[in-house]
This record gives sequence, C-alpha cells and structure tokens, in this order.
Amino acid sequence: MYYFAQQLINGIVLGSIYGLIAIGYTMVYGIVGMINFAHGDIFMIGGFIAMISFLILVSLGLTAVPVILLIMLLVSMAITALYGWTVERIAYRPLRHSFRLAPMLSAIGMSFVLINYSQIAQGARVKPVPPIITGGYSLLESEGFVVRLSNVQVVVVIATIVLLAIFTWLVSRTRLGRDMRACEQDQTMAALLGVDVDRTISMTFVIGAALAAVAGMMYLLYYGLVDFFMGFVAGIKAFTAAVLGGIGSLPGAMLGGLLIGLIETFWSAYFSVEYKDVAAFSILIVVLIFLPTGLLGRPEVEKV
Amino acid sequence: MSGDNILNVDNLTMRFGGVVAVNNLSFEAERSRITALIGPNGAGKTTVFNCITGFYKPTSGTIRLNRDANRTVQLERLNDFRIARQAKVARTFQNIRLFPGMTALENLMVAQHNALMRASGLTFLGLIGAPTWRAAEKHAIDQAKRWLDRISLLDRADDAAGNLPYGDQRRLEIARAMCTEPALLCLDEPAAGLNARESAALSELLLSLRDDQGTSILLIEHDMSVVMEISDHIVVMDYGVKIAEGAPSAVRDDPKVIAAYLGVEDDEVAAVESELGLQ
Amino acid sequence: MTSTTPELTSTPELTQAPRLPGVAFILKKALISAFVALVLFSLMIGVRTEAGPTGQLIYWTRFGDLAALVVAVFGGSIVVELLRQWWGRPGAVRTLPPPVQRAFDLAGRAIPPLLLIFALLVPVIFYNQRYILDLGILVLTYVMLGWGLNVVVGLAGLLDLGYVAFYAVGAYSYALLSTTFGLSFWTCLPLAGILAAFWGVLLGFPVLRLRGDYLAIVTLAFGEIIRLVIINWQSLTGGPNGISAIPRPSFFGIPLTPGDDGLAARLGIEFSPTHRIVFLFYVILALALLTNWVTIRLRRLPIGRAWEALREDEVACRALGINTTTTKLSAFATGAMFGGFAGAFFATRQGFISPESFTFQESALVLAIVVLGGMGSQLGVALAALTLIGGFELFRGFDQYRMLVFGMAMVLLMIWRPRGLIGHRAPTVFLKHSQAISSELAREGRG
Repeated sequence: MYYFAQQLINGIVLGSIYGLIAIGYTMVYGIVGMINFAHGDIFMIGGFIAMISFLILVSLGLTAVPVILLIMLLVSMAITALYGWTVERIAYRPLRHSFRLAPMLSAIGMSFVLINYSQIAQGARVKPVPPIITGGYSLLESEGFVVRLSNVQVVVVIATIVLLAIFTWLVSRTRLGRDMRACEQDQTMAALLGVDVDRTISMTFVIGAALAAVAGMMYLLYYGLVDFFMGFVAGIKAFTAAVLGGIGSLPGAMLGGLLIGLIETFWSAYFSVEYKDVAAFSILIVVLIFLPTGLLGRPEVEKV
Repeated sequence: MSGDNILNVDNLTMRFGGVVAVNNLSFEAERSRITALIGPNGAGKTTVFNCITGFYKPTSGTIRLNRDANRTVQLERLNDFRIARQAKVARTFQNIRLFPGMTALENLMVAQHNALMRASGLTFLGLIGAPTWRAAEKHAIDQAKRWLDRISLLDRADDAAGNLPYGDQRRLEIARAMCTEPALLCLDEPAAGLNARESAALSELLLSLRDDQGTSILLIEHDMSVVMEISDHIVVMDYGVKIAEGAPSAVRDDPKVIAAYLGVEDDEVAAVESELGLQ
Repeated sequence: MTSTTPELTSTPELTQAPRLPGVAFILKKALISAFVALVLFSLMIGVRTEAGPTGQLIYWTRFGDLAALVVAVFGGSIVVELLRQWWGRPGAVRTLPPPVQRAFDLAGRAIPPLLLIFALLVPVIFYNQRYILDLGILVLTYVMLGWGLNVVVGLAGLLDLGYVAFYAVGAYSYALLSTTFGLSFWTCLPLAGILAAFWGVLLGFPVLRLRGDYLAIVTLAFGEIIRLVIINWQSLTGGPNGISAIPRPSFFGIPLTPGDDGLAARLGIEFSPTHRIVFLFYVILALALLTNWVTIRLRRLPIGRAWEALREDEVACRALGINTTTTKLSAFATGAMFGGFAGAFFATRQGFISPESFTFQESALVLAIVVLGGMGSQLGVALAALTLIGGFELFRGFDQYRMLVFGMAMVLLMIWRPRGLIGHRAPTVFLKHSQAISSELAREGRG
C-alpha cells in the first residue's frame, strides 16, 4: 500500500515532466501538422543549459537556492526558446509548403544535429549535478517503509501547475493565443484576416521550447543528471503522451503526460525495469490503433 | 414506380453527432436509367452517395442493390472497396480524384486491378511472364484504349493525368469508373466547372453509357441543363429529406422545389405559388 | 489612400530582386545571425562541463572557440546570402536549352548500364585494395536496403521509420539458425526473408489505418521495441554482446578456406583472404540486382501499380475496388523481405552482430537514401546510397562530427531538393512513348 503510494507520487512527478514536453508536441502538430522530431532534443538542450547556468551561478558565489533556481529557469527558458526559434527558422519554415516527408526528414536531421552538437560540445559522459533542492516530508510511515514527498517533487509539480495556468491563460485570453487557434483551423484565412502567420508559428515553437526547457530543468533537479541522449526516448514518450491525450488538445497533453508517467513508474516498480521503455512504446502503438484521436481529442471524419 | 429497380434506398438516415445529414430518405433508381439527385447545397446529397458507396456507414436504413433477378446486395453492410468490387458500384468524386502522377492509360489500368490480379495469379504468374498473364494484360490495355477512344483522349494516353485539362480529367474519371464494369455508376457533380460545350459532350457520353452499355446511372448535379436533358427520374432533397421526385418536367415546375432553391420559407410557399399562378 | 496588405505566409518575392542586394541588408542579417549564434553557443560552447575526478561537476571556459564560431556564423551568413541572391530561391525552376536538355537525357539513360558495368568490375579493378572492396560491399548493402525500403516508402507511399527492424530480424534469424542448427547461408537466406516478411505483415497489420506522421512514429516505435527486446532477451539473442562466430558463406557448398577442400585448392590457385571478400561482393551485388529486378517487374504488374495508386490517392483506390489493406500489407511484406535478405548478408559478412548495428539512426539513414534518391526511382536510390555512404566514409574517424554533418546534410538536402535527385517518375505502361512524369505531379502518399 505504501509502496503503491510512493510510486503514485513518483509517477505524478515524472508525468508532469512528460506533460510539459508533450504540450510542445501537441501545439506544433496542431498548428503546422507536423511531428517535431527535434522537440525531445530541445528538452535535452534545456536540461544542459540549466546545468551549465547552475554551475556558473554557484561558482560566482551565489548560495541562495531560490535565487539560483529563478535565474536558472529564466536563462534556460530564454536560451532554449531561442534554440526552438532557430530550429524552426532553419529547418521547417522553408519547407512549410513542401510535401509531407520533407519537414519530417528535416526534423530528423535536426534531431541528429542537436544530439551530436551536445555530444561534441559537452562530451559524451553523463553529467551529474549535486542535489540542489534537498529535504522533503515523510507522509506515511509503516513497517519501516516511509512514503516520502521530497521538496524537489513539490517544486516540479507546483512549477508545472503554475506554467499550465499561465499557458492556458495565454492561449485562451491573449491575442497571440487567438492567432494560434486561428492558424490551427485555417492558415490561409487567418493570413487574409491580418494574422502574421509566420510570427504566430514561430511563437508556437518558442513557447513549446520554453516549456520543454522547464521540463529539462525539472529533470535535472529531479534526477540530478543530464546526458546528450535523454531527449530521444523522452521525446517519444512525450509524443505518446500527446497522442494519448488527444493530439491538438492541451489539457490532453498534460493528462497524457501524467498517464504515461504513472504507467512507466508502476511498470518499473511492479514488473521489470528493463522493459519500461518497451511498455511506453507499446502504449503508443495500442493507443494509435484503438484510440487514434486520444482521450480528449476530437474525432476526425474523413471528407470524401 | 414501375420497372425493375437496381437500387432501393429505404429509410436511410445518417447522423453525425447531433447533426442529421440525411433523414429517413427513401427512393428507387431504375435499372438502365439515369436517376438524378438534386437539391441545394448542404441538402445531404453527397452524404447519400457516401452511404451508397460505402464511405460512410448509415446510422439506420437499408440500401439494396439488385444486381439481377437472383443477386441482391445490402450495401449498408459492406464497406469501402467491397462495394466496388463485389457489388459493382463505381463512383466519381466532387473534387476529381484521379491519380495525377500516373498517365491516363495507367489510370485505366489501375481500374482493372482486380481482374488483372486474378490473371496474374496473385502476381506470381506475372513474375514469370506466363502467357495467360500476357494475354490478360493485352486485353486490359485494349479495353483501356477503347475507353480512351470513346472519350476522345486516345492521343493523350501517355500524358500524366494531372496535366490534362479539367474537362478531360472529368471524362477520364468517368472512363476509369467504367473500366471496373459497374452495374451502377454514381457520379458526383460530373459537370461541375465545365463550360457549355463540355457539358454537352458529357451529356452525350452519359446518354451513350445508358443506351449502349445499359449502365444504370445515379447522378448528383447542379447544372440543370444537364439534369433536365438526360435524367429519366429526379429525386429532390433539401435539409436531408426528399421533398419531391418524378420526371424532369414534373419536378421542374414543382413549387416546393422552386422554393427550396430560392431559399423561400415554408410559409411563403403558398404566397409564391399564388404569385406564380399555380394555386 | 493608404492600405496595409497583410503578408501572406511565406510569399516568394515576386518582384525582381535588386541587382546588388543592399550591403546593409546582408550585413544586418549577418549581424543578427551572429548574435543569435552568440546566445545559442554562449553556454553550450563557451563553457565546457565534465564529470570531475571525484564525481563532482567541473567546468572550464572556451571563449576562444565561442568567438571563432560566432565569427564563422557571421561569415557564413554573408556567404549564404550572396549565394542565395545569385542562385535564386530553392525550388526556382531553371530551364535548360533543348539541346542541352537532350544531351542530359541521353547521358541519364546511359548511367544505369555504365554503373552496372562498373560495379561488376570493381573487384577486378580494386582487387588489392581491401578498403575499397569493403566500402563497395557497404555501399551495395545500403543500395539494397534502399531499394527494399523504396517499395514501402517510394512506391506505396507508406512512411516507415522502423525499417531497421526487418534488417535485424534477417540478421538475427541467420545468426541463430546457423549457430544453433548449423544451417548454411544459402539455406537460411530465404528463411530470413520469409521471417522478415512475416514480421512485416505482423507489424503492418495493426497500423494500416494510420496516416502519414502517425504511421511514421508507430513504425519508429516498433523498430525501437525490437531493438530493446533484442538487448534484453539475453538468453535468445545474447543481449548487448550479440552473437558471434557466425559462419561465413560457402561457394555453394565449397568453403572458402585455405584447406585442401577449399575452393582455392580445388581451382589450383593460391589461397587469399581476398577471395572471400570478392565472393561477398558479388553475393551482395547479386542480391541487390535481384531486389532491383523484382521491383521493376512488380511495378509493371497490377500489384506494383496498385502500390503507386495507393500513394497517389488511397480513397480513389478504395472506390475502384482495390483492397487497400492487403495492398499495404504486401508492400510492407515485400520491403521487409528484402530487408531480411540484407540482414542475413550483413550477419554473414561481419561474422558478428549486436544490437548496436540496428538503431534508429540506421532507419533514418535508409529513409534518407530513399527520399534523397527521389521516391520510386531505382537509379536515384542507388546514386543516393553511393553519395551518402561514400560521404559517410569520408568522415571515418570523426564519428561525432559525422552524424552532425549527416544531420545538417539531411536538412539542407530537404530544403534544396525535397523531391530527391531524380525528379521524375517513369510510367509502367505506355502506348506510344514513355514520357517521364515530373515528380511535382506525383503525390507523396498520406499513409
């Protein structure tokens, strides 16, 4: 029972991270209809930037943890957002009206570029980081097993909730959000009505990248390490989450993320750790076969 | 309706979520005759087509195809390719769906796929170049040539379908459908975008299909000149229901039909009728 | 009267470009690029972290490298702008005068036979250069993989990102069958193909309804699942250690060994290890040519035409009574079978296989070959394989930079020539003359 509760907590935290990444996938798919294969690697870059800025801040003599975290967050979001913008500008925008496979291959190429760029720039070894946020609460105790809620976990979940709130406000209340929704429905018409489609699409990528950066930083705080390959698998899982929740649906992305996080955690805890990735990939296949529009998505009727 | 019906549609209803696109529609199409389905935009005509040709599964109702005295097929139970293959119902599309990257000839060869697959022994006889396969292929090419000649595109047989002028593409799509040797041919707005001369050629083609081939034709069309000229029977729809049916002359003067096209409210129909001196 | 025209999405500049694009414009662009580069690279390049000797994180700065890169971006941006002004937008149509065009066409038609002759003579010309022979075998393996995937992606228009799975099935089938049951390569080869085809059907069946991107990612997931299963099912596959001591092929029963029963002894010539390499070269050449021949013939048969029709318009296919499910499955199975053959060959050539050879990178590489070749074009795929694998080899020794350059190359190639090297499709049946159809017309398939 207590083991279950612990896994539940762990799963929710992991799921929050996946959810943040999944939002980027679902937004981009909604507005330009492509799977951004490089998005998982943007998450990885975000983690790296967070790590490096942490190092610099510490070596500059800063000790106040909240200040460090805040600066890390801002720097990581800003720079990673720029990465997202650059990737879109270089690899996707020229191909926007091209045929379907071109942006996909371009995205795969960009993914390889980012992965190897990281590997070359920072070396191939996994980078460990000392725990930045320590401590936590013991929630329940019984027979020597303690259910712990660590401060890191609290931070991750709260950060996710805050960001989700900001983001939902952004999409539903601001001009940018309206433009994004318009472009999702009908790009040509939106352009004719005065929406700057290029800028809107760029902003979509930028916001997605910023959220992925936060996810990267959360990952760093939670697991204490980054490596250049972490984006590849996390990316597929986050995409699975986006599809599970219903591609194009933002609450769906978060819901999907939570589900995937929970499934992965429970699978590792109760079945086998080695095959946990297989479980995640299998879910993707099962969902796409039996529930192609996902849990919260809208069913598409084929127009003949 | 007297005569032998090839198609019996009974109480067909199609619902998309809360929207009822087709509401309890019933009509018959006579064998070797041209039946037209007309009505304002959004009346549900293409939905009916999609139900008949297996692209939608009807919410309720039956669609019976009478191949001949002994064989009937319930179309609402079959889906997509089986309707074309087993029930021998062929169709064309509102937005032309040719294979643009293939030549006109190749398009017609694809239409004969099932026969050719059988002849090629599921490909294996074809791989080894068996004589039966070669004969079947030649027969298929000849058939394609005959149709191309019939629609006056024989000299453009090797041109990419996507490069053909619009009117030619429409006719090619019809020829492609005919290459499947259908019992019922469903045409979705075949005259859309055609000028007067091309429409006349189309009418001539459809009439010859009816008279020479004995093909039964079901037709959605907005071009009234074509409809009035070639239809044997017209069914008028509006808002998913049938509002009139009969011979072209009867339908043309039906006040309900006029009102539907003019967008007149139901209670104004009487006023319009008296204005027109009909009642 | 003032009016503001909303800028349409990425409208090409229809007005004529100024003769000398403003120097200020180019400089401004270069400065912006350099600034962006500065921000992007500031932390990732400027600071280098590493796990220190005691496990904690240490770092040092590399501002020199950072500065150099920013300057390079600045210069590169200027060069790119100048090139763009000179070359015109990518995709702009450049027409050649007819005589030149005809000369090109003639040359184009001569290339396939010339390439074939060259390929046949490679072991003769380069008999003593083991490196070239090995490279040749590698290129031919990828040509075969490309031709195999071409059936699925190029002809049928199904986006398969997990092709490496069939390669792996073929390789592991042969490895396990030969090491466990002692079956020879020639017996196992068709078995490997059949097993791979079977997997193709199995994997293809559940995902047939999916379109485009979804199909792509599901096939990617399948590929990864197979790789993970191989890694973890140690008792069957040896896990990360792989399977070794895989028997080499014999010359139809006669082993290629130095012993008295070896081929060399029988022919009365002196034994040399090169014999086996030459033999392997001709085996893969034969397999590749078989793939090519079968594909060309299938294109002319109803099934091949159905594949291409499927790519052009699936809805129309259904309306013509074509069973799209079995058509897609047959494409999958055929492509998988060729992948399986290639995999079995790979296992026997190396003598050792491990999961590391079957990563997503391989699938992406083969897909890049197919797309770069120009979908459906046999010659294009061969040329693309030659270019990409040859180019890859040039970078041997710079492993990390290799993938980086490959990634950039993929991006640039898609921007420059999204339709691939060979920009047209040859019709499979014609009455009077075969007119190549521009790939602008041919659709790329939605799933």
